[in-house]
Amino acid sequence: MEAVRRVISVVVLNEASVLSRITDLFSGRGYNITSLTVAPIPKSKYSRLTIVTSGSMRVIEQITKQLHKLIPVLKVIEHCDAVEKEMVLVKFSSDNSISDIETICSAYNGKIVNAGDGFFIALIADESQRMDNFLDAIERFHPKEIVRSGTVALER
Amino acid sequence: MKISGAQMVIEALIAENVDTVFGYPGGAIMNIYDEIYKQNSFKHILTRHEQAAVHAAEGYAKVSGKVGVAMITSGPGFTNAVTGLADAYMDSVPLVVISGQVPMSLIGTDAFQEIDAVGISRSCTKHNYLVTDAKDLPRVLKEAFYIASSGRPGPVHVDIPKDITAQIEVFDYSTPIHLETYKPTIKGNVRQIKKAVMAIKEAKRPLFYIGGGAINSNAAQEVREFVKMTGIPAVETFMARGTLRYDDPLLISMPGMHGSYAANMAMSETDLMISLGARFDDRVTGKLSEFAKHAKIIHVDVDPASISKIVKVDYPIVGDLRHVVKNMMEIASSVIEKERYEPWLESVEHFDKLHPLSYKEDSDKLKPQWVIQRVGELLGECANITTDVGQHQMWTAQFYPFSRPRQLISSGGLGTMGFGFPAAIGVKVADFERVSINITGDGSILMNIQELMTAVEKKIPVINIILNNNFLGMVRQWQTLFYDKRHSETDLSMQPDFVMLAKAFGGIGYVVHTKEEFDAALNDAVEKNIVAMIDVRIDRFENVMPMVPSGGSLFNMMLEYKEK
Repeated sequence: MEAVRRVISVVVLNEASVLSRITDLFSGRGYNITSLTVAPIPKSKYSRLTIVTSGSMRVIEQITKQLHKLIPVLKVIEHCDAVEKEMVLVKFSSDNSISDIETICSAYNGKIVNAGDGFFIALIADESQRMDNFLDAIERFHPKEIVRSGTVALER
Repeated sequence: MKISGAQMVIEALIAENVDTVFGYPGGAIMNIYDEIYKQNSFKHILTRHEQAAVHAAEGYAKVSGKVGVAMITSGPGFTNAVTGLADAYMDSVPLVVISGQVPMSLIGTDAFQEIDAVGISRSCTKHNYLVTDAKDLPRVLKEAFYIASSGRPGPVHVDIPKDITAQIEVFDYSTPIHLETYKPTIKGNVRQIKKAVMAIKEAKRPLFYIGGGAINSNAAQEVREFVKMTGIPAVETFMARGTLRYDDPLLISMPGMHGSYAANMAMSETDLMISLGARFDDRVTGKLSEFAKHAKIIHVDVDPASISKIVKVDYPIVGDLRHVVKNMMEIASSVIEKERYEPWLESVEHFDKLHPLSYKEDSDKLKPQWVIQRVGELLGECANITTDVGQHQMWTAQFYPFSRPRQLISSGGLGTMGFGFPAAIGVKVADFERVSINITGDGSILMNIQELMTAVEKKIPVINIILNNNFLGMVRQWQTLFYDKRHSETDLSMQPDFVMLAKAFGGIGYVVHTKEEFDAALNDAVEKNIVAMIDVRIDRFENVMPMVPSGGSLFNMMLEYKEK
C-alpha cells in the first residue's frame, strides 16, 4: 500500500513521561515521525502534540488507535482540512545584502528578527512545502545555521 | 488518618480485597515489607526469584479472574520481573506489580540498585506510575487496580521510591476514580450488532473463531449458548481453550500452526468468520494473503486497536464480549435458522474424519500425547493445567480434554519458558481444591526450578509432569524440518536426576518409562498431595503434527512427519 503523509494532533494529560509514552509507541511499533511539536495548552492540565507522520492507510489507522489506547491520551485528531504552519530561523553572515534577503523573506511572510556583530537572523512561518521553497531560495546566501521547527496544525 | 506510604500500600491492598501477594524483598522496598510483617490480612508468598513472583501472580490472576499482585525491589529485582510483565501484557493478564525504587534524592545518580524502572516497563505494561509524593499513593493504587482489570486487562506497574514509603500523609481511599482520558467501551454499537447478525443469517458457511477475550470477559457461558443456538461450528484459539467443552459437537479444535486439519480447513473455507475476542495472531493466521480468502469478517473486541490490525474487518464491533454476545443472541434468536448451516457442518465434520488429531502408539516408547490424554482421563475437570512453552504445550492444547474456561493456564503471546511452574503455584494458591498440574518439558522446567523451594516451604502441592525427551524439542523439530537436521545446541542429553532434585528440595520424584509406571506415579503424587516431579521418558523424536510451516497457508498443512 502507498504511504501517505498525515498530520495528527494528540491532546494528552500534561504529566511526567507522557512524551516518552508517545515516542516509545512510535519507535516500538515501527511508525515514522517526520516532525513532532509539543507545548502545554494554556489554562488547562493538557498538552497538545502535533505529529507529522507517514505510512499506509492501515498504519495510519493503527497509529491513531494505538495513540488512543494510551491511558493519558484524551483526544486524537487526524487532520484532513487544517491550517498548517512551521517555523524556521536562519542565521546569515552580514557579508550578504540584508535587503536581498529581506525581499525573499517578505515573499514568505517572514522578516529579519535580530541582528548583531557580523550576523543577522531571519524568521519565516509558513507551510511545509513553501518552507522547502524558501530554503532553496536562500541557499545562494550560504546560511550559517538553519533551525526548523515541527508543524503545528489547526483544523478549519 | 495520617499514615506512612508503606502503610498506605497495605491499606490499599486490603481495600482491594487482595488475599495473596507474591514477592521478594530488597533494600528499596523494605519499608513496605516491614508493614507486611505487621499485618494479618493477606498472605505473602516468597518466591525464590522475582520473575517467578510475577508468573505466580499471573497464574493466580488467570485462574481466578482477579487482579494478581506481585512485589519486588529496585534494580535487579525489577529487571528480573520484566519478563513477567511482558508476558502478562501479551496475554492481557490483570496484574498490579509494585516495585521499590531508590529514594527521590538519589534518582538519576546511578545509585546502588537504581534503574529507570518506568522507562523499562513502559513498553510492556498497560500503564505505569512513578510515585513522587505519598499524597498521590491512594489515587495511584486505586487507578492501578481499576486500569489493570477494566477494558482489555493488563499489567500495571507502580514504582515507589523508598522515601515515599516513609512519608506520612493523609490516607483516603474512598475518593472515586476519575479518569477523563480512560473510558473503555463496554456496550457494542447496536446497529453494528444488528448488521453482523444479518450477515450471519445470510452466510452459508459461517464459523466462530473464539479467542482469549471470551475467557477474559467471563463470556464462556454466553458463547456456549450462542454456538448451540446457531448450530454454527466453532474453532477456539490456544488462549480460548476450555471456552467450549472438549466434547461439544460443534467444537472443531484449535486452528493455526499446530491446529487440527479440520479447524484450518474450516478457517480457509468459511464465508463468514465470527471472531469473538481473538486477535488474528500470526501463529493462527499463517500466510495472510491466503487467510480466510472467501470470508467476510465480524470482529468483536474490547480493544479497538485489535480490530483491522492484521486483517481488514467488515463488521467491527467494539465492546465487552459478554455484553455483545448477549445482544447478538437477542437478535439472532428470531432470525437464525440452524438448518441453513447443516451442509457446511457436515463438510467440516468430514474434514475432521479425514485427518483427526492423532498419533501412533509404539509398544516400547511412551508417547507424550498418550501421557496428556491419560492425565485427562485420570483427573479431567478436577485439574487445572499449566504448561511451559514448546512441544509439550502444543500437545497439551491438542490432546487435553478441557471442559471449562480458565482450566488451561499458559504463556501464549510471549511464549515464556519457565512460566509453568511458578504459574502453577499461583494457580494452586487461588484454587486449592483442584489438583494443580504443570505439564512441562525438560528444557523449560530448569528455567524456574528454584521454585521447588517456594512450593515445598509453603506446602503448595504442584505436580510437575516433565515430558522428557532430552531435547529442546520444538527448536529441534524446526531444525529437523528447516535446517537440514543440524541440531544446533538443542540436544539436552545431559540432564539432572529429577528425582534426586525433587528430593533435595523436600519434594517427591518419580521416573517413568511405561504406562503402568505413569499411572502409579500420578496416582501416588495426587494421593500424597505434596510437591512432585514426574520425569516421563518419552519418545525422543516425536514431533508436533499437523504443522503449518511458518509463513505457509493454513490449508497447506504438513500432516505427518516421522523423524526416526
